[in-house]
Amino acid sequence: MTGYLGGMLVILSLNIILAYAVFLPVATGQLNLGGAAFQAVGAYTAGILSAEYDAPVIVSLFAGAAVSGVISFVLALSILRTKGVYLVLATFAFAQFVSGVIINVDLLGGALGMNVPDHIDGPIIAVAAVVILLLVMLLMQARFGLAMRAIHDDDVVAGLMGIEVRITRVAAFTIGGVLAGIAGGLYAFYFNFIEVQSFDSLSSVYLLLFVLLGGTQTVWGPLVGAAFFTVVPELFRYVVAHLPVGHAASTGQLDTSWRFIILGAITVLMMVWRPEGVVTRTGLGRLLHRRVEKQA
Amino acid sequence: MILILQQIVNGVMLGAVYVTVALAFNLTIGILNFLNFTIPPLFMVTAMFAWAVAEHGLPFGLTGPLNWALALGVGIVLTILISLVVERLTFRYMKARYGDATEHAIPLVSSLGFLLILENLVRIAYGTEPHRFATPFQDLNIRVGGLIVSLPQLLSLFLALAIVFGLSRMLATTKTGRALRSIAENPDASLLMGVDVSRIVPVVFVLSGLLCGVAGAIFAVNYGQVYSGMGNEIGNKAIAGMVLGGLGSIWGAIAGGVIVGVIEAMSVHLFGGDTVQAIVWGLLLVALIVRPQGLFGHNAIGKGKL
Repeated sequence: MTGYLGGMLVILSLNIILAYAVFLPVATGQLNLGGAAFQAVGAYTAGILSAEYDAPVIVSLFAGAAVSGVISFVLALSILRTKGVYLVLATFAFAQFVSGVIINVDLLGGALGMNVPDHIDGPIIAVAAVVILLLVMLLMQARFGLAMRAIHDDDVVAGLMGIEVRITRVAAFTIGGVLAGIAGGLYAFYFNFIEVQSFDSLSSVYLLLFVLLGGTQTVWGPLVGAAFFTVVPELFRYVVAHLPVGHAASTGQLDTSWRFIILGAITVLMMVWRPEGVVTRTGLGRLLHRRVEKQA
Repeated sequence: MILILQQIVNGVMLGAVYVTVALAFNLTIGILNFLNFTIPPLFMVTAMFAWAVAEHGLPFGLTGPLNWALALGVGIVLTILISLVVERLTFRYMKARYGDATEHAIPLVSSLGFLLILENLVRIAYGTEPHRFATPFQDLNIRVGGLIVSLPQLLSLFLALAIVFGLSRMLATTKTGRALRSIAENPDASLLMGVDVSRIVPVVFVLSGLLCGVAGAIFAVNYGQVYSGMGNEIGNKAIAGMVLGGLGSIWGAIAGGVIVGVIEAMSVHLFGGDTVQAIVWGLLLVALIVRPQGLFGHNAIGKGKL
């Protein structure tokens, strides 16, 4: 469990937590284009508390999650008064704003990045991912999850049936923010170094896409999406590195670019043929030989 | 004082680019209720491709290096073609079949896919470093009472305004314009009234591609420099302009674009170049919270669906 595989497991765990952070708002019909920015808020809050104020790791971690949660609560509460694309725009603006602020504030290390002395080991992150996965599953089984599912399927009817659509959406968005903050804190303590480039708007897009491609109808979708888009690029990197022609020298930049192009192409094609994502409720039911209620 | 005035002039000039891109955003969101994230990369593709053609000639050795104006024309045509491809693969599939809460977002998500493809293809083909785009009149300036006004920038401002004016006339008077407005109002009803919606929709994409292309050309000529990150850095700020002005409003796009340009020039002058991103997007966040409909917008935008 050391070296390469261990590192992969950590990245996978972080991606799973982040996927659920983005999944919760998306499951209520709100796209979040600022996932990485909420992660950055968690990472920098935890990092500063730990590096500058010598706070214990666990305190810094929860403080990061809390700050990210409060920000998402305030954003969602005020923006969700309106319908339509405004929340998408707000999360997009928030992502740009956060990287703009980080670059300008010296305390946060600016463009140079920031060292975080305290360390968390890989297995703890894996355990955290499993715990969060279980909690989200529990949440989706609870009454709140049922409300989310109803809103996901039809927000108007859900409202008519007495579900507080706006409150549910704000709550889902806030919980998502908390999860992203936790992922950020874990990231900071595992890598011991954070810089603004790790949380740019492209990372947010990437996050949102793998959640949507995994599917948002069931709680399994984000898991599949996160796993697929963590493991496959690594395989791809391996293949590129071992191509017979002079690609052995192919640098990280080129490699990343091709990876994004492939993700983009998969996205476009999936939206054409299977916009609901890989894992669907009916598909899952068929797989488990369960009776499935007819979809309208 | 003269320095501040100079910044305002610079900001208005920079605003010409934002106005044009914001208008492209506004057209697709106002008429089709589609937030098209391929617009910033299209803006970038025009400039980058024009640079490549001016430097190396058309691909596959068809011609030698082209004249700068011709190169810009080629860039704009390519942009319009890509915009049509985007329409074919995103918007055609907007009629969702599954009744999901995220169904309205299918074209948006697809356009994010195109964003990744276009940005990274350009990075692979032309690299991430800035390239010089040379035109014969880079240093033509006129002086008005101590203020320096660059002639090409002034011309581009007028060009941008002329395009906006032409577009609003076109929407107000022509048959196509009327069809477009009816789709904006209610796509189902306009289909019933005999508007061939699937034929009219590509018009929106041609127009928004054209606007992105013109904006890219304006940027390349005025700043003499193009780079693969310009879609993300410059094109995206047009989103701020669009929201400030009001979603779906043509005059809002003008006002918003110019406001963002001036804010940017002022913050560079007062606080330095690094602060622009935080200031512009921070203001946009505040605007979204306080007055989401913007200066000229109305509440209907973003609610209906096609």
